Amino acid sequence: MPEKHITFEKTDFIPMEGCGEDGQVKLLGVAHSPFVVRVRIALALKGIHYDFIEEDIYNNTSELLLQSNPVQKKIPVLIHNGKPICESMIIVQYIEEAWGSKAPFLMPKDPYDRAIARFWAAFVDDKLTQSIWGVFMGEGEEQVKAVEESVANLLVLEEALSGKAYFGGDEIGLVDIALGGLLVGVQMIQKVTHTVLIDTQKMPLLSAWAHKFCKADGMKEVLPDPAKLFELLSERRAKLTSPPAAN
Amino acid sequence: MEGCAQEGQVKLLGVEYSPFLLRVRIALSLKGIHYEFIEEDIQNKSELLLQTNPVHKKIPVLIQNGKPVCESMIIVQYIEEAWGNKAPNLMPKDPYDRAIARFWAAFIDDKVVPCLREVVTGQGEQQQKAVQELVANFLILEESVRTNPCFSGKLYFGGDEIGFVDIALGGLSAFVKALGKATNSVLIDEEKMPLLSAWMDRFCEADGVKEGMPDPAKVLEFISAMRVKFTSPPTAK
Repeated sequence: MPEKHITFEKTDFIPMEGCGEDGQVKLLGVAHSPFVVRVRIALALKGIHYDFIEEDIYNNTSELLLQSNPVQKKIPVLIHNGKPICESMIIVQYIEEAWGSKAPFLMPKDPYDRAIARFWAAFVDDKLTQSIWGVFMGEGEEQVKAVEESVANLLVLEEALSGKAYFGGDEIGLVDIALGGLLVGVQMIQKVTHTVLIDTQKMPLLSAWAHKFCKADGMKEVLPDPAKLFELLSERRAKLTSPPAAN
Repeated sequence: MEGCAQEGQVKLLGVEYSPFLLRVRIALSLKGIHYEFIEEDIQNKSELLLQTNPVHKKIPVLIQNGKPVCESMIIVQYIEEAWGNKAPNLMPKDPYDRAIARFWAAFIDDKVVPCLREVVTGQGEQQQKAVQELVANFLILEESVRTNPCFSGKLYFGGDEIGFVDIALGGLSAFVKALGKATNSVLIDEEKMPLLSAWMDRFCEADGVKEGMPDPAKVLEFISAMRVKFTSPPTAK
């Protein structure tokens, strides 16, 4: 089936086609989506080669996306040997399990530690992303409330990190990927909305973690370009806060 | 049944008739794990609940040898992994099948559950809309049973035996049936959703599940109490 490459940014070109011992691996997504970034981080950590297919999600959903994620019609979608997997954290767990013998390990071995990792990943997905989205989309009192909620959620994570290099321990793990995928997005949302969410004074551990995470091997190539993301978010924010007619 | 030495001490904090609690009870029952059930009073949360789930302060919480696990489907995965050698297996072995199971469990949690909440708390037109959305989501599940190669033609979402998705959805069955009665709506229509209907009957009658199914009248009472709580004037919350 023909694949429609609607947009194709040179900076996103991964020279090696996903093939060989890893099987055929394709990733449908957009470079700036935090959910796509999570998957790219996991693939980069495991050293898995893949074909990144950039989707034009705002204007033109491709046939491939509609067929591989008919239920949600959303990116990211990982397609491994023709079989699609959807939902970023489900994809990350799949990567860990399908490439189970490839280090590094993204999940702990012990069942209890795995449950704790899943708990915090769910916290990031269910609580944090929602409150941060509220900051970006909200205005006035609503936005103030969203900022308070986001800060409260981040403080909970600060406490959960307590003394470890990463949420995963000595190495990046599931929770680090869940949160790390959002990092550049959060930083740019702070800039666009003139708010402080990751407060270096109130959250010294989390701030240090963020700094270390962004500098880890392979991150630079997969984290979104801050300047581009800032532009994109500024544009969207301007549209949101314009008079009703412009919406 | 007191959690005994072999499995370590297992306690389960919950509220009787909560569908999330029921999911965990089904998993424990299927694995034949003994545990002590501790009923919580949500209006007056215990020290134990506040200590074991300080982040969400919600039930269910499974405590094994003093270590708490929260969030119903995370608890179910934990039960599967901590008692990995005990049949039946609640998760498939193949990584792709596991990803599919997690996808549909997430669909149930992210789409079906919020609709259930809206139907419980909604009034008039808002409630009608929530009922319609709920039915639409059940139709998506019906379609997946019909066409997804992982599920099509099988007894359960888990294949020949009850699995992860069955527990995610099946744990909600008593609640869904009672909600239909409470709102005078048909939520899982036998004609429009023959496969899902048949699956639900099969699930509710299965060994390990039927023994723990709550009294429908009590579930209806539970829902009515929730409606009173959530649709009363703000001070009542």
